[in-house]
Amino acid sequence: MPEETKAPTPPPSGPPKAAAPHAPAAPAKPAGPTPEPWSSGLVTTLKRQYGSGIREASTYLGQNYMVVDSSLIPELLQVLRDQEQFDYCVDITAVHYPQREKQFDLIWILYSFARNQRIRVKIMIADGEVVPSSVSIWPTANWLEREVYDMFGIRFEGHPDLKRILLPEGWKGHPLRKDYGIIQQDNEWVQINLGIESGQ
Amino acid sequence: MLDYITSYLKSDTTPGQAGNFFWAFVYILLIFLGLSVAVIAMNWLERKILAHMQVRLGPMRVGPHGLLQPIADALKLLIKEDIMPAEADPVVFWIAPLIVVITAFTVFIVVPFGPTHAVTDMNIGVLFMLGVSSLSVLGIVTAGWASNSHYPLIGALRSSAQMVSYEIAMGLAVISAVLMTSLNTDGTGTLSMIGIVQAQQAQQTWFIFKFFPLGLIAFFVFAVAMVAETNRAPFDLPEAESELTAGFHTEYSGFRWSLFFLAEYSAMIAVSSIAVTLWLGGWMRPFPHWLTGETWDLVFSLFPGVTFVLLALITFYSTIRMPKHPYFRVQTIGLAGFGAVLGLIGLLLFVPPVRDRIQDIYWFAVKVAGFMYLYIWYRGTFPRYRFDQLMKVGWKVLLPIGLGVLIVTGILGVVLS
Amino acid sequence: MTERSSHLELEQADKTYLDSNELIINMGPQHPATHGVLRVILKLDGEKVLGTECVIGYLHRGVEKIAENRTYTMFNPYVDRMDYVAAVSNGLGYCEAVEKLLNVEAPSRAKYIRVILTELNRLASHMLWLGTHALDIGAITPLFYTFRDREEILKIFEKYCGARLTTHAFRIGGCQYETYDGFEEDVTKFLKFVTPKIDEYEQLLTTNRIWVERTRGVGVISAADCKALGVTGPVLRASGVKWDLRKAQPYAAYSDFDFEIPTGQSGDTYDRYLVRMQEMRQSLRIIEQAVGKIPDGPIMAKVPKVMKPPVGEVYHSIEAPKGELGYFIVSDGSTQPYRVRVRPPSFVNLQALDQMVRGQLVADVIAVIGTLDIVLGEVDR
Repeated sequence: MPEETKAPTPPPSGPPKAAAPHAPAAPAKPAGPTPEPWSSGLVTTLKRQYGSGIREASTYLGQNYMVVDSSLIPELLQVLRDQEQFDYCVDITAVHYPQREKQFDLIWILYSFARNQRIRVKIMIADGEVVPSSVSIWPTANWLEREVYDMFGIRFEGHPDLKRILLPEGWKGHPLRKDYGIIQQDNEWVQINLGIESGQ
Repeated sequence: MLDYITSYLKSDTTPGQAGNFFWAFVYILLIFLGLSVAVIAMNWLERKILAHMQVRLGPMRVGPHGLLQPIADALKLLIKEDIMPAEADPVVFWIAPLIVVITAFTVFIVVPFGPTHAVTDMNIGVLFMLGVSSLSVLGIVTAGWASNSHYPLIGALRSSAQMVSYEIAMGLAVISAVLMTSLNTDGTGTLSMIGIVQAQQAQQTWFIFKFFPLGLIAFFVFAVAMVAETNRAPFDLPEAESELTAGFHTEYSGFRWSLFFLAEYSAMIAVSSIAVTLWLGGWMRPFPHWLTGETWDLVFSLFPGVTFVLLALITFYSTIRMPKHPYFRVQTIGLAGFGAVLGLIGLLLFVPPVRDRIQDIYWFAVKVAGFMYLYIWYRGTFPRYRFDQLMKVGWKVLLPIGLGVLIVTGILGVVLS
Repeated sequence: MTERSSHLELEQADKTYLDSNELIINMGPQHPATHGVLRVILKLDGEKVLGTECVIGYLHRGVEKIAENRTYTMFNPYVDRMDYVAAVSNGLGYCEAVEKLLNVEAPSRAKYIRVILTELNRLASHMLWLGTHALDIGAITPLFYTFRDREEILKIFEKYCGARLTTHAFRIGGCQYETYDGFEEDVTKFLKFVTPKIDEYEQLLTTNRIWVERTRGVGVISAADCKALGVTGPVLRASGVKWDLRKAQPYAAYSDFDFEIPTGQSGDTYDRYLVRMQEMRQSLRIIEQAVGKIPDGPIMAKVPKVMKPPVGEVYHSIEAPKGELGYFIVSDGSTQPYRVRVRPPSFVNLQALDQMVRGQLVADVIAVIGTLDIVLGEVDR
């Protein structure tokens, strides 16, 4: 990761709390909610730092998210934790879009205790692309990344012990991919390990 | 032959001392039988009492109020498949429960249920009891080792460490009681179980009240150590269910497991017997020197009968409260029958010759039963100690207290005599 | 068998049995104290724990995959099967997440009913935790007391919606059932009934020497570690962080009620015990406030029969009894969710086990598993 981009970062001056509308029960909601551009000090700072790396920063139904370039990971996450106080990684998950060229959305849901604010960082990656692990940033990412690997087959580089977590070792296929059928299973594994023809 | 049998009746010692093998054998059989019945009764009572402490009913299905449950359990255990782990050492695996059960029963040779109601009396009685009962740790260790499995191994190691440590505190408490027996005119103490009770009789006090509160403290040390010694809650670490599944007997099932079970309960009775003998005046009735005279003797001699009649009345009351549905007819009749048996025993105990002979045994049993209730109560109340805390209690609390009590007792003994 | 490899087992593989003082033992999946089918591989030096590894997934049912093949409404009962001791909370989280996606809001009467039932469920969950936790530490009696009192809660659930455990009490947009006649009296009666019972539990445990010795200083986790490990709920609060989603980002009707967030200082098992006991009392307080003033009005918002939320994604989380329970739902505009991700508190909290027990004794592993209050249905989903 390029280290020099970090150097000119101005220290964040006063987290812009007011700029982030976050009440879940917003008083009046528009009839058809659409993502609105999310403008806040945080976004401005990040945009200044990373330029077009921050592809999109929006608010949808009062929830803020940004779509960033996958090359910014894990540096951006590190910045978010260290400088923007997003010290709690709520969840790491993925969504599979088989029609797209970059098949996977990989999503970090972050929360800041100091700001009482939740954001989502989203990247898009292609099948087989390796993502740097964020275990060194948030230890909680360990199991969460293992689950993403287990369910989607997204590999994380630098993960201390990347192996299946919910499915048994040696299982073939990643169930939460869209091309994995709902009653599909690894028949071979079932036959060898459970001694039955099929688990159905 | 007949002479040999009847000749003992004239002597006023235990059959062992009189050298009468026939009566010794009869006594052994009686004790064995009584102990088995006691373990069965204890099993039922523990489940019922614990259940009522925990707002539930306990066994209710097999027989009225689950009275036949222990028998059903025993049957089930006997006909269960006999499982031995493939990796276990078969010979040692078999020997282990035998060691435990034999040691648990052997100690009863010297337990004095009355002045003559013991198989024999040894001049090293207490030492014999402590020595033999501590042999059971050997059985537990071999059981854990022979299972060739991790949980039993850890359980066995815990058990041996625990029993060895608590034996020291126990021993110190026992010594202070033995020291108290020497506080007489000629200054000779005794280790004989019967002798200890007689010493309390002679000194006109139970040793628990001797040099108050010294005797009480020594008794307390013993009472704690004996719970640890028998691996019961809150010191049940060797068989801590939530940690080690079942500790040293994890791999045991069926008949062999039932031997461990039998041994555990008879060991509880055995250590309680020591406590009763040493501190609670053994077979003596309450206040033998304060409430003296013919009348009081009569009143106290009625207790056994009254107890059984009361039990019979409770049973009859339960019979009335049984559901009136025809499904419960057999059970109701059974319960009534059980009550009738209890009542008959009670009436039998009012008959003067029986009454006089049964008294000692009755008071001894009642005191032991008190301890049994305590065991159950502990189990219902306390969480389990952790291993290091258990060791801490043994070595840092009980041992110094036991030692202190021993020294102070010695000093007081010298000063006061 | 292709045995699952554990790094602990692999480490051990080149050592023979007699070489080392270290012992690898396997706790679970069938073990009385692992609260289900959790398998913990322990590396021991005598009684001391050198390392642990959790093997999970024995109860994996693919809830997230099922969601993608069901409509929004059809998936609703499935969430009850995750944390089956706090099914109402699960349902609340899911319903609110979908409502947010649909951009509707439940009517305030429904919100009040939701709060009452959810708090009752929190009580039930904490009672079950207390009973099993105490049982693990060797006190067998509290289990029966807590089950006796939990029964009263389950009776209220049963009267309300017919189910006791997996209640499926709420619907997207509100509640399906109006409160039954006498609901408020029942709840009030329950409040009166249960308050002395909680004192009774405390009497048995709070000042019990053995209990204090077994829990104080055991499984300590600092606030910083909690945040780093994503640990939430009572565990986080016992470490001194005053954070509760009911206050931080109020949902349902929680902003209307006056309650406190109990916190601890030392982050040990005893503090977690105290925090949960306090939470039970706070829940009673919330219920007491709510039950008196359930507003009149409809119980369902206007939601279409066939739900087709607009394209978009939403993350909504609630304070479940065990911590932050989040639902991340992606809609592609069809009747079925494109992706439902459940952020289970038990799963994330369980990750802290290794750090909490390293260097402690075997008996503490049991205490810590108990104090983390995990439900394997939720860990494995």
